[in-house]
Amino acid sequence: MSEHLPALQVVVPLFGALLAALVRRPWPAWLITVVVSIAVLVISAMLLVRVLDEGVISYHLGGWDPTIGIEYRVDIVNALILLLVSAVAAVIAPFARLSVLSEVPEDRIGWFYSMYLVALAGLLGIAITGDAFNAFVFLEVSSLSSYALIAMGRDRRALVAAYQYLIMGTIGATFYVIGVGLLYTMTGTLNLGLIADRLADVESTRSVLVALAFIFVGISLKLALFPLHYWLPNAYAYAPSVATVFLAATATKVAIYLFARFVFSVFGAGFVFADLPVTPVLVTLSVAAIFGAATVAVFQSDVKRMFAYSSVGQIGYITLGLALATVTGLTGGLVHLLNHAIIKAAIFMGLGAVFFRVGGIEFKDIAGIGRRMPITMSAIGIACLSLIGVPGTAGFVSKWYLIVASIEVGWWWLGFLIVLSSMLTVLYVGRFFECVWFREPSPEAATATEPPFEMLVPICLLAAATVYFGIDTELTAGMAQRAATALLEGLR
Amino acid sequence: MTPATLIVLALVIPTAVALLLPLFASRANLRETVTLIGAVLLLVVVLMLLPLVLAGERPALDVWMVVPGLTIAFKVEPLGMLFAIIASGLWIANSVYSIGYMRAEKAHRQTLFYFCFAVAIAATMGIALSGNLFTLFLFYELLTVSTYPLVTHRGTVEARNAGRLYLLMLLGASTILLLPALGWTWVAAETLDFRPGGILGGVVSNTALGVLLALYVFGTAKAAVMPLHFWLPAAMVAPTPVSALLHAVAVVKAGVFTILKVIVYTFGVETLAAAGTGDWLVYVAGVTVIVASAIALRQDNLKRRLAFSTISQLSYVVLGAALFTPLAVLGAALHIAAHAVSKITLFFAAGSIHIGAHVDDISRMKGVGRRQPWTMGAFAVASLSMIGVPPTAGFLGKWFILLAAVGIGQWFAVGVIVISTLLNAGYFLPIVYRAFSKVDGARPSLAEAPWPMVAPLVVTAILTVAMFVWPEIPYQLAEMLSESLTTAPAGG
Repeated sequence: MSEHLPALQVVVPLFGALLAALVRRPWPAWLITVVVSIAVLVISAMLLVRVLDEGVISYHLGGWDPTIGIEYRVDIVNALILLLVSAVAAVIAPFARLSVLSEVPEDRIGWFYSMYLVALAGLLGIAITGDAFNAFVFLEVSSLSSYALIAMGRDRRALVAAYQYLIMGTIGATFYVIGVGLLYTMTGTLNLGLIADRLADVESTRSVLVALAFIFVGISLKLALFPLHYWLPNAYAYAPSVATVFLAATATKVAIYLFARFVFSVFGAGFVFADLPVTPVLVTLSVAAIFGAATVAVFQSDVKRMFAYSSVGQIGYITLGLALATVTGLTGGLVHLLNHAIIKAAIFMGLGAVFFRVGGIEFKDIAGIGRRMPITMSAIGIACLSLIGVPGTAGFVSKWYLIVASIEVGWWWLGFLIVLSSMLTVLYVGRFFECVWFREPSPEAATATEPPFEMLVPICLLAAATVYFGIDTELTAGMAQRAATALLEGLR
Repeated sequence: MTPATLIVLALVIPTAVALLLPLFASRANLRETVTLIGAVLLLVVVLMLLPLVLAGERPALDVWMVVPGLTIAFKVEPLGMLFAIIASGLWIANSVYSIGYMRAEKAHRQTLFYFCFAVAIAATMGIALSGNLFTLFLFYELLTVSTYPLVTHRGTVEARNAGRLYLLMLLGASTILLLPALGWTWVAAETLDFRPGGILGGVVSNTALGVLLALYVFGTAKAAVMPLHFWLPAAMVAPTPVSALLHAVAVVKAGVFTILKVIVYTFGVETLAAAGTGDWLVYVAGVTVIVASAIALRQDNLKRRLAFSTISQLSYVVLGAALFTPLAVLGAALHIAAHAVSKITLFFAAGSIHIGAHVDDISRMKGVGRRQPWTMGAFAVASLSMIGVPPTAGFLGKWFILLAAVGIGQWFAVGVIVISTLLNAGYFLPIVYRAFSKVDGARPSLAEAPWPMVAPLVVTAILTVAMFVWPEIPYQLAEMLSESLTTAPAGG
């Protein structure tokens, strides 16, 4: 049984999705989601433990040799990503029932959970597979289900948002698959490890360069690297709350993982960063994302949109860490990947609870809500402090690594830009704080109360985690550092 | 009890008070009792540490390593001991005063007020007892965040604007300047510990020392060195007990304490004196002393005048630190203590006049002293201390800084001290004179504020004199600090 864990990691949620589609009724569909979420969390935790004990796990799907079949390959890097995705799913599950009930029409709730589980399977699949084409399949699986999830938002603009995402996501996936095709013609294999081995001989050919460019742009679209982030704010803003929490915490993160996998493990840091001018390009785009998105965030009237733009900026910190391509920098990028997932999950879940009570998430709707929902708002507040990077919170740990990494390579100006950008975060978070705590309550807000227990607990849990991981960083920074070392060493 | 237990208790007691307060939200008397008991216990615990420090011990406690380089650790040394005694001792006086003031004002949300206050005291203890730069930074930021709700406590537009400025300037400076300085120090010295003799000697160039000093000094905006002083007058919108303990003692003293501690234990005075690239600090501090005094002369609102006086007095401490000699450091340490007891008296008096006579402007204070003789008597004593007239505490610090300046022929500093003394007299004595001058018409009746307000300010006024007459404890601590500068090997 336990040697099939890698396959089960993907099969269990896929099977759950099928079941949920068959039963259709809201309550059993939700129950299936809960069971599946807990199961995938257990599986990913066991995988991580095994990787830590025994090293890399290689699982040959159907017993076929990797040269012709599909290999699932789990090392410390993707074990961490699997754990993140499944842990987020497990925390969302209890929250989902009431939130989905209030935001999705009842006859579609079964479909919602079904799509949600398909998206979960797709994301776990991208993370676990060691096969470039299989990754494309899972990329499409997760994307198509995400479009459906977003389109189920109550707001009619959700349809446009889903359509935007569909167009952009399809372009991204096409670019990716073209790049993979080119790699296949040059190396004759789709296995990431084998590609990496065989690339050494054909590294400087034009085909490989073009392949890198296509894959770079394709995945950048999926991870919403500035200026390819256009789809993200609307998608997050108008999707149902549960979908927003899930996608914000996991979808872009998994895409970043795939990006790092290709850049570091397949092409190799030496080829990408030393031989090609990728570093200046990626640093420029990252800094532009950090400052541009944060500036736009300050002027949003919809709170979910504001934090969605904030996500675009925060992704910039992660790619910045990757661009530095040192152990410290990569650790900073990866630890921020984890921390930001937790922080944004906490914030969007809190906002979901507000939406549940107030029925709107514009600044005018939530004015003065702090007095009525003090626990929820304090939880969001703590997560926001972590977003700013106040010491003692998870956000600070990421920022510290990134600053030290910049100074280590002698780019003190970059360290300065990083800290300067946190002030933009203070601006939009401050605006939110003042609105929530000081403004006179809106009519809807005046009668609001704290959300039910089953929603409040996951929110508080996530908020506590943003503080906990600012103090005990064994699971975040410690693992991220090992993952960074593993990535820089290459695949085999 | 072991010294480590005492350190833990010094942090736990105010935290416990904060956590207990919400339980007694509806029972004001019980709530205030909790605060008072906590304050007394804290002073007892801090005083139990004193004999150890005076005996030459340096109780230390390593709590937790967050990531390599970021360790939460405490170490009690003379300067921190002095700061801890002042802050915890004055918390008792201030708690009594707060009870009188907040009840007389019928202030709203008093539980939140006392809660944030206790958290701020816990943060102050953390700063005072910190054993390395990261721990200091951690509690420094906690102090900023926990005092923000106190500044905005009134909830008016003015309070909100002040809060905005407060947060942006304090968080901004510490994030943009102080945090990179920490990162740089870590990369250069590979430690952030406070060590006698400093850690930066010989590891960075002289130019870098100068730049780092600037980052530390301006990053510590709580010290209100110009041009980063704007937040302090704005913060006067807070209730008077906040201005008294936080913006005359805890917050601003945390600022100058940080600068002094960094100069002594991170740079090392000998390193800085030899480098010569930190000499500009004398001029910046000197200009702040004079300009702030000049502005204070023109303020009619009493609290604003006191705020500018605070800015000026804080820079005395910075000036003392910037002379980079043991004698001047001794003076600076003493001035932290002296200014604390004097300035809190002045603010207490301002609040007492606000409650008793309902005036805030100096121009309308004619005859106030005849109606509130205790208040104005204490005010007069504290004013003398501000000017530096014996037999008051203010004389001590100034005297040693003056001696040190003469000793090394720093005539600019000498000039600053002389001129500012005249300016101090110029803006304090007229208040006293006006308050005690006769009012035409009927003989005024006594109209003191409630006794919980008057008693603390009389006590602190007595302390101001007592510290001159029996300066043993602060003097011994300051002397130990200054001796450690010359006996310790430079370069760490």
